Amino acid sequence: MNEKRLLEEEKHFETMIAEESICTNDNLVYEKPDTLTDTPMHYCPGCGHGVAHRLIAEVIDELGIQDKTIGVAPVGCSVFAYNYLNIDMTEAAHGRASAVATGIKRMLPDKYVFSYQGDGDLAAIGTGETIHTCNRGENILIIFINNGIYGMTGGQMAPTTLIGMKSTTTPFGRDVEIMGNPLKITELIAQLPGVYYCTRVAVNTPNNVRRAKKAIYNGFKYQELKKGLSFVEIVSNCPSNWKMTPVESNKWLEEHMLPYYPLGDLKVPQNPQKTDKEK
Amino acid sequence: MKELKLMKGNEALAEAAIRAGCDGYFGYPITPQSEVLEYLTQHAKARTGMVVLQAESEIASINMVYGAAGTGKKVMTSSSSPGISLMQEGISYIACAELPCLLVNVVRGGPGLGTIQPSQGDYFQAVKGGGHGDYKLIVLAPSTVQEMVDHVKLGFELAFKWRNPVMILTDGALGQMMEKVELFPQMPRTEEIYPWATTGKTKDRERSIITSLHIQPDKMQEINLHLQKKYKAIEEEEIRYEMIDCEEPDLILVAFGLVARICQKAAQLAKEKGIKVGVFRPITLFPFPYKALNELADKVKSFLTVEMNAGQMVEDVRLAVNGKIPVEFTGRMGGIVPTPEEILQKIEEIYVGETV
Repeated sequence: MNEKRLLEEEKHFETMIAEESICTNDNLVYEKPDTLTDTPMHYCPGCGHGVAHRLIAEVIDELGIQDKTIGVAPVGCSVFAYNYLNIDMTEAAHGRASAVATGIKRMLPDKYVFSYQGDGDLAAIGTGETIHTCNRGENILIIFINNGIYGMTGGQMAPTTLIGMKSTTTPFGRDVEIMGNPLKITELIAQLPGVYYCTRVAVNTPNNVRRAKKAIYNGFKYQELKKGLSFVEIVSNCPSNWKMTPVESNKWLEEHMLPYYPLGDLKVPQNPQKTDKEK
Repeated sequence: MKELKLMKGNEALAEAAIRAGCDGYFGYPITPQSEVLEYLTQHAKARTGMVVLQAESEIASINMVYGAAGTGKKVMTSSSSPGISLMQEGISYIACAELPCLLVNVVRGGPGLGTIQPSQGDYFQAVKGGGHGDYKLIVLAPSTVQEMVDHVKLGFELAFKWRNPVMILTDGALGQMMEKVELFPQMPRTEEIYPWATTGKTKDRERSIITSLHIQPDKMQEINLHLQKKYKAIEEEEIRYEMIDCEEPDLILVAFGLVARICQKAAQLAKEKGIKVGVFRPITLFPFPYKALNELADKVKSFLTVEMNAGQMVEDVRLAVNGKIPVEFTGRMGGIVPTPEEILQKIEEIYVGETV
C-alpha cells in the first residue's frame, strides 16, 4: 500500500518538474534564497536539517547580511553546512563550534556570527564550551538541532535520547539506571545571566516552521543590537535513524519529543528594541 | 634609541606580543607560563586594543585561536606541556586549514602532571607533529630572554609567510628568569583583509571556507601533497642555527634552548683543560639543520648532544650525521637542569676515549 503511494507521488513530482511552465512571474510565491547554494543536500529525505538551513538562509536574505555573516559548522550531520550556505564559514572540531565562534566574533565584533550544532556536538562533547560561551554572553547566535540521536555516525545514543528510546547503543531502549536522564541543556542555559534570548522551536509542522524562522530572525536581530547570546533550540527528526518514514517521524516527534522538550520561550528579552546606548 | 629593560622571560614574550601588533590572545592559566596571560590582561587592551581572553580550558583556547586565525588576524596562545597536549587536536585542524598563528610552549617536566620545573621533554611533540595526521609546525627554540622577544616577531612573520602555525618551544627556566632585553618599537595591528579569511562574503569573491574536512581520498591526498610541498620549501628557506667555536674543535656539543648556554659554559671549562669544544645550536627545530650538522661531522670525531629529556633531538642529530661519527647523549629529566660540570665530565670521558 505504502509502496504504491510512494510510486504515485514520485510520478506526480516527475510530471511537475517536466512542466517547467508551471512557474511564471504571476504565480511565483516561493524561491530559493540567495544564501542557499545550488549544491544538492546530502541530508536524508524528510530530515529537519534542510528546513533549518533554509530558514537561516531566508533570514540572512531578509536582513541583507550575507556579506556580514560568518557561520560555524559542527561535526555531525551538519558538518557540510558550509556547502549549502553561501556565506563565509568555518568547520569546527567536534563540540568546539561555540569556542570557534567566540574567536571569530572577538576579532570581528561588527559581523554576525552563528554556530549550528547538533545535540551530540553541543550537549555532550562540547558541553563545557557551550556553557562558558553562553555564560560569557558572547554576542552570537547558537542554533541547536536536537533530534535525540547521533545521526552522522549511524544512530547512537545522544545526551538528548529519550528514556526508553532505542538507538544502536541503547538497543533495548535508554535505561536511566545505566545511561542517566536525557539532558535538557536549553533549560540549563536559560539560567545563565549572559544569555539574552533562549527559546525552543520545532520544524515538524508548517506553523512550527514559521515560529522557528521568527526565533532565528530574533537571534540575528538581537546580535545586531549587541544584546549578548541568543540560543535557539530546534527540535527536529531523524527518520533514518529513528527507523521511520518522514511523516511517522514528525508524528513521533510531536507525541514523544515535545512532551519532554516543550516548545516555547525560556528566556525573553524585556526591552529588545533598544540598544544599551539608546536606553 | 635602544629600549632596554630587565624582564622575566614570560613577561618579555607578552610585551613582544603587544608590540608585534598581535590582535588576539586566548589562554588558560598553567605554571610556569601564567605570567603571559597575567601581563597581557594588565597591559594589552589599553595600549593597542588587543583582545585578551581567559578561556575555560586549553581546548577552548586553541579553538578560539582557530576561529580567530581564520579571520586573518595575528593571534596566539601560550601554555605549558599538559595544556599543549590538550590543544593537539586543534593544532592539527589549524595546520590542515593552513591558518597562521603563534603557539608558545613553556615546557615543564613530564610525563603526566609531572613537575613545574623546566624540561625539553616536548621536543618530539613539537617537532614531529604532536597531533593526528601528517603536519608540521615551524618550531623556534629561544635560548635567551632576548630571543623570547625576537621570536615572537619572527614567529608571526613566518606564520603569515607560510600560512602555518608557528611554535615557540621554550622552558620553565627561560620563562621565569630575568634578563636584559632590547625591545622593538610598537608595530601596527592587522588591517589587511586576506582573501582566504572568513570576514564576510562580499559580492566580488567566492565564499571563504575554513575546513580540514576533505572526505574524498583524492582530495585529501592532494591537500597532503600540498602541505608536504610547503614543508619542503620551509626546509629549504627557513633553517636557522648558531655555531660557536666550531672551526677546529675536538668535539661538538649539540643543544637547543637554554641548554645551549649551559653547553657554552661547559665548553669554556673544557678549554681550560685543553679540550677544544664547539657548540652547535639549532634555532629552528623544524626545519632542522640536518645539512649543516652533516657537514660539521666531517670536521670532528664525535658529537655530544645535551638535552633536558631522555634523548629526543639526539635522534635528529643522528639522522643528520647518518653514521659518519658517533653521537653521544647526556641529559637530565624530571625538571632537573644539567650543570656545566656534569657536561664537562661527559666531554672528558669522550675525549679520553678518543685519544687513548
